[in-house]
Amino acid sequence: MTTMQKLLQLPVNAVNIVKTVQSQVQGQEEDKSPVLTPDGGQQTWYNALQPDELRHLRSGGSGGGFGGGGGGGGGGDQEERAVLEEGGGSFQNQPLRHDDLKEMLDSNKDSLKLEAMKRIVAMVARGKNASDLFPAVVKNVACKNIEVKKLVYVYLVRYAEEQQDLALLSISTFQRGLKDPNQLIRASALRVLSSIRVTIIVPIMMLAIKEAASDMSPYVRKTAAHAIPKLYSLDPEQKDQLIEVIEKLLADKTTLVAGSVVMAFEEVCPERIDLIHKNYRKLCNLLIDVEEWGQVVIINMLTRYARTQFLNPNINESLLEEGGEKTFYGSEEDEDEDDEDKDKKAEVATMAKRKPYVMDPDHRLLLRNTKPLLQSRNAAVVMAVAQLYFHLAPKAEVGVIAKALVRLLRSHSEVQYVVLQNVATMTIKRRGMFEPYLKSFYIRSTDPTQIKVLKLEVLTNLANETNISTILREFQTYIKSMDKDFVAATIQAIGRCATNIGEVRDTCLNGLVQLLSNRDELVVAESVVVIKKLLQMQPEKHSDIIKHMAKLIDNIQVPMARASILWLIGEYCEHVPKISPDVLRKMAKSFTNEEDIVKLQIINLAAKLYLTNSKQTKLLTQYVLNLAKYDQNYDIRDRARFIRQLIVPTEKSGALSKYAKKLFLALKPAPVLESPFKDRDHFQLGSLSHLLNAKAGGYQELPDWPEAAPDPSVRNVEVPEWTKCSSREKRKEKKVEKPFYSDSEGESGPTESADSESDSANGSESVSGSEVSGSGSESEESEEGSESEEEEEEEDEEKDKKKKKKELKKKPVQESESEQSSEEEEEERKHERKSKPRKSDSETESGDEEESESESSQSESDESESEAEVKKKKKAAQSKPPAKPVKTDGKKEKKEMSLLDLDDFEPAPSPQVTPVNSFLSSSLVTDLEGLSLSDSVLSPATIAPSSALKSYELLHRITGEGLSVEYCFSRQPFSPDANMVAVQIQFTNNATSDTKNLHMEDVKLQSGMRVKEFPEIELLPAGETTTAVMGIDFCDSTQAANFQLCTHTRKFFVSIQPPVGELMRPIFLTENEFKKEQGQLMGMNEITERLTLDVKCRNEHTIVQRVTTAANLSRVPCGSDKECSPPVPPPPPDHPVHRFAGRTVTSSSLVLVTVATKEEGAAQLTVNCEKMVIGTMLVKDILQALTQ
Amino acid sequence: MIHSLFLVNASGDIFLEKHWKSVVSRSVCDYFFEAQERATEPENVPPVIPTPHHYLISVLRHRIFFVAVIQSEVPPLFVIEFLHRVVDTFQDYFGVCTEAAIKDNVVVVYELLEEMLDNGFPLATESNILKELIKPPTILRTMVNTITGSTNVGEQLPTGQLSVVPWRRTGVKYTNNEAYFDVVEEIDAIIDKSGSTITAEIQGVIDACVKLTGMPDLTLSFMNPRLLDDVSFHPCVRFKRWEAERILSFIPPDGNFRLLSYHVSSQNLVAIPVYVKHNITFREGSSQGRFDLTLGPKQTMGKAVEAVLVSSQLPRGVLNANLNASQGTYTFDPVTKMLSWDVGKINPQKLPSLKGTMSLQAGASKPDENPTINIQLKIQQMAISGLKVNRLDMYGEKYKPFKGIKYMTKAGKFQVRT
Repeated sequence: MTTMQKLLQLPVNAVNIVKTVQSQVQGQEEDKSPVLTPDGGQQTWYNALQPDELRHLRSGGSGGGFGGGGGGGGGGDQEERAVLEEGGGSFQNQPLRHDDLKEMLDSNKDSLKLEAMKRIVAMVARGKNASDLFPAVVKNVACKNIEVKKLVYVYLVRYAEEQQDLALLSISTFQRGLKDPNQLIRASALRVLSSIRVTIIVPIMMLAIKEAASDMSPYVRKTAAHAIPKLYSLDPEQKDQLIEVIEKLLADKTTLVAGSVVMAFEEVCPERIDLIHKNYRKLCNLLIDVEEWGQVVIINMLTRYARTQFLNPNINESLLEEGGEKTFYGSEEDEDEDDEDKDKKAEVATMAKRKPYVMDPDHRLLLRNTKPLLQSRNAAVVMAVAQLYFHLAPKAEVGVIAKALVRLLRSHSEVQYVVLQNVATMTIKRRGMFEPYLKSFYIRSTDPTQIKVLKLEVLTNLANETNISTILREFQTYIKSMDKDFVAATIQAIGRCATNIGEVRDTCLNGLVQLLSNRDELVVAESVVVIKKLLQMQPEKHSDIIKHMAKLIDNIQVPMARASILWLIGEYCEHVPKISPDVLRKMAKSFTNEEDIVKLQIINLAAKLYLTNSKQTKLLTQYVLNLAKYDQNYDIRDRARFIRQLIVPTEKSGALSKYAKKLFLALKPAPVLESPFKDRDHFQLGSLSHLLNAKAGGYQELPDWPEAAPDPSVRNVEVPEWTKCSSREKRKEKKVEKPFYSDSEGESGPTESADSESDSANGSESVSGSEVSGSGSESEESEEGSESEEEEEEEDEEKDKKKKKKELKKKPVQESESEQSSEEEEEERKHERKSKPRKSDSETESGDEEESESESSQSESDESESEAEVKKKKKAAQSKPPAKPVKTDGKKEKKEMSLLDLDDFEPAPSPQVTPVNSFLSSSLVTDLEGLSLSDSVLSPATIAPSSALKSYELLHRITGEGLSVEYCFSRQPFSPDANMVAVQIQFTNNATSDTKNLHMEDVKLQSGMRVKEFPEIELLPAGETTTAVMGIDFCDSTQAANFQLCTHTRKFFVSIQPPVGELMRPIFLTENEFKKEQGQLMGMNEITERLTLDVKCRNEHTIVQRVTTAANLSRVPCGSDKECSPPVPPPPPDHPVHRFAGRTVTSSSLVLVTVATKEEGAAQLTVNCEKMVIGTMLVKDILQALTQ
Repeated sequence: MIHSLFLVNASGDIFLEKHWKSVVSRSVCDYFFEAQERATEPENVPPVIPTPHHYLISVLRHRIFFVAVIQSEVPPLFVIEFLHRVVDTFQDYFGVCTEAAIKDNVVVVYELLEEMLDNGFPLATESNILKELIKPPTILRTMVNTITGSTNVGEQLPTGQLSVVPWRRTGVKYTNNEAYFDVVEEIDAIIDKSGSTITAEIQGVIDACVKLTGMPDLTLSFMNPRLLDDVSFHPCVRFKRWEAERILSFIPPDGNFRLLSYHVSSQNLVAIPVYVKHNITFREGSSQGRFDLTLGPKQTMGKAVEAVLVSSQLPRGVLNANLNASQGTYTFDPVTKMLSWDVGKINPQKLPSLKGTMSLQAGASKPDENPTINIQLKIQQMAISGLKVNRLDMYGEKYKPFKGIKYMTKAGKFQVRT
């Protein structure tokens, strides 16, 4: 009916309707063919239709039921189309719609294209085949519209594999994209290119990956790392080449790349563990800043790595404890023991065993750096760390993971499921770990059954003599649950508790027997099965229970339970001689109706009774065996035949029947009720294989600990100078590592904890020290003034002083122990020093000695040293009031000021030190570098523009109608406000007339920024030049300050934008302080770039000059601490490291720059700054300055 | 890693599929459907199902199964956590995560999935980065888009991915700078028949809504940080600072995020805010049962207990419940046997009670378990652990932000056994 109506409504198209019907058959065929051949006839009539008409038509064609739905809705309503297409015979619509889409894709309107692509993607999402559109879609790969482009990519990646030839058309677009100056476009081109699974382009992909792996941008390199597994899965032959790329990317220092490349490593060459050696420490240190998903992959990989490289920390644990104690107490005893051991040198093996286990510092590094990640919000990361600790940590330390795992139990039920599986495995090995959290595993009625069962498993594993009573009480509640599967699991759990803990066996058994009267059959059945297992342990005591169970056989219907009871009676028929024949009688009666499993047990029972009590049961047995002979199940028939031959003696039966009793009534070992999670820990925890308890594809076995540790020196890297060291002494090496893991985490091996404590002691010490100097307590000053002459004396004195200071200042956090230890260490060190006062070693050597010897004492002595010098200087400058331009409260500020004062005593070029105020000192760096500088500038006056200061144009001569204005950053402190950057402006009047009333107006600033205007210039005669100074607080951002420059006639809009290097002021730091500060600004705050120095810029002087030109920083005197502290003169190093320090003007955040030079002009630039934005920009600027 | 993703609705239809590597036929989901049939409840479908060639890892959220297809070894939590992150993102984008919402926004969903995973490995999961790449659909924007033909895809290239602070966009600007923090604590407890507490612990979170211009650096300190026993942070929090000073120092993401979740050490006694007097009995032989429930406030520190909702799964034998609520309304679903009672606010003067009889199936024996009672409640302006935020400071920016802190206590998994 409706079809007809529509026909009438659309007389024009009436002819076409006929065609439509005809094409139905055609359409079906076309559906099958992947590529739609353009059909001219269809095209023409279709084009004549308006969309709305088409809709009518289509609904008409698809059947009357849809006639109503066709009319409504706008042109592009895809949802409705979907309904139409799904609802009524879609074979008709398919070719139509696709033509329609092709049309839209071919149009030159982006909106139409977009609409078409959206619909196509919707089809792809629903799993509909859209491959016949491939040619039409691929044409749009170079479309300008970004969303169309993205959707085309989505489509391309999905179908390229099916349409390889056509996909090649798109390749050139991506190749072009790979050369784009924008890193994001490069990355996205590589991403799509590598996702197209077309074998022909493998060489192109390989080339692209290789190129991208050495791209400037870390983001592109990350994408390259992602592309590696894609290529590998497409063509495994490329493995060797890919490994090279992986090796290269593994050396990358950015956190962005680390996770992705390790993922590639795991997929391509997980067996090449040797590639990790050199990058091991770096990975450990970067770990905390890698994105969460990368962390998981890295941690899992490092677990495997550690298993191959380090010794088992839990090896001979008892011996370890013994050894540990010995080092604590009486050393003589130890020596005696040693002597004895030496006598028995033959037993090297035992020696080795006796030797207390010393953890490899790298092993410790891994444990220490992963620990904070237990606090991650990502459950996968927490699990990864937990498994790492479980597999690698010494027993005593594994406990820390329990808390975090318990926390995960609050998460989604899927997370709970996985975590509980792992906890279950852990509780078998390390029960104590989770015991405090017993209650967290209590079961709630709302938990899903699978969670309940797992919690039960954990509770059972945790049960021991002390907590069993609480656990059993809990179990009692559970038994009443409505969830019967769970109840059954509980009963089994009770059974396991009973077998494991002897004390409660009887209680449990009684409880279970009580359950036998439960109304629920399942419960009873489960109890029977469990009781059976328990009774096997001590049957003689429990004949009454067996009797009770015999009675139950009338009521219990569950086959397994019936079978269990029958087995019990048969097995212990001697304990219940009166009842057992009767049971057999009953069973014989119902034999035919029983389940197979029960039948088998009936035969068993009969056989056993025949052997023990043949008088009463002979006939019954015969009867049962006869019944069984004709059973439908061949197992039962077989069994009956076999048993008959065995037990009934006939003339034919051989010797076996004599032993029938022995065979049937042998003493059977009691079953051991074990957790299904036992021994699951041979799989790496947290892995899929562990969860399934079966090896999953691609699972990498967790290797066993090695017998002897492989050479630890393979992990040594000689890049950063402070880690540069020969790995001769273990102890030394360990210490060398120290600046890496600067965060002191308290717990650790004996030596290390001492380290970290002394470190912290040192920190507070130095602060307090500078406080003293800042506040300038006179009494001490006079004492200390003379100290710096004699080294020996000074050291002693210094110690005294230190003690004094300790008495004076009660350090709140300090524990006396730690202080002592640090003091002791210091003393030790002093001995060392005295014994070899002049060590003629290389600079690096001495540098690392410093690191390796306690840092604390070093910096302390040098702190006090400098302090002393401050005092001296102050004395000299006593007549002058101490210059403190800005009064800001807070210790930090004070410290800074005192440090600034120190500059003058910088034992470098400037020979005569005149006491000047701190203003000069800030520009002293430049002085030291031999740059021209006017001195004694007290106020924001102008300075002569020096060659070092780059000036920028503010106003051009022509636009300014004769007035040209330039500005430069004078790098002078701006005295009215220390938070402002001084900008020196130079006005030149090139016009023929005078310019009057030069001033600023209408300052437009970003929020937070402030400007101190320069004083109005009344008159600037023609041809003259004048300068003025203004201050701008840029708020540590490079936002421009916009204002109007006004003369008496005109106004000019101008803006001043600072280069990032001008947003800071230099401060003085000693090398040690620098390193310490740097240690606190690791991770995200650190940005490292490699660079190749310009040929002209390879000597020290130019590097320093260029850096200081690029940024207003002061150079950290290299090896300056050596002058202050005793021996070891600094020999000129081959590859010097230059350090620069400053603070941002507004927020006083530290900015630390390190340029480490290497062979052949290679260098590494490191910037540490709390303000990451500034750091990033600074890196760029300095990089440019050094490479231009 | 993750090969493909299928979205399956409650009736077992696959309504969306996405492949990151070569295409996996959707017939692989048959194994999942089998498992689904075997499980009595949807939440009992095992999260990991092995099949001959693949592994299926699924999560269930909002009655939709997100089934990921895995081909080789991968930490299951990795996949599960990622799938949850996907759901969170959808929720963030569309307000709800329902089948209809996903179908309506199928293109955005596809674009999101494309950005979130590369070759099956997570690429961009931070909501701030994603929002830079793909703008969330709003009614206004959809309208503007249809008129002007502009798109949902960000015009600029996303620089967030390159940033060292990946969770925060650069160039954020607000006219009103505000930072709100919600301290929400949940009490998980099991109370036994006699009213004594078997286990009780407090889990808390601090959710933040930060709308601040520029790159602010915030520090949040507590009056009593020692209360926090176990914490987990948003990646923005500087861990070392917390370790050393027990101060939360962070550059916040823009918008809503969970700053911190914590656990209050179990050594502290947990105040239980309500008590329940119950008397639920079934008599043997009779087809009637008594139901008698009274609620009262216990340790609430003078604050009102609000939004109380009591629910209980009654035994299967119960046919109907004929009860009388002194306050609020109750409903009983005879199919699921779920009784729920919306109490509202507890008035200490007049304690709310629910009394009456239950009719049991004739001839059925007495149920052997008494139902467990689940309680939900809310207490405003109080963190039950006593946690207090001391101060919030901002560095790095000059303006004065508006700061607000709200406390709330809720019942988490609060069960009373009867």
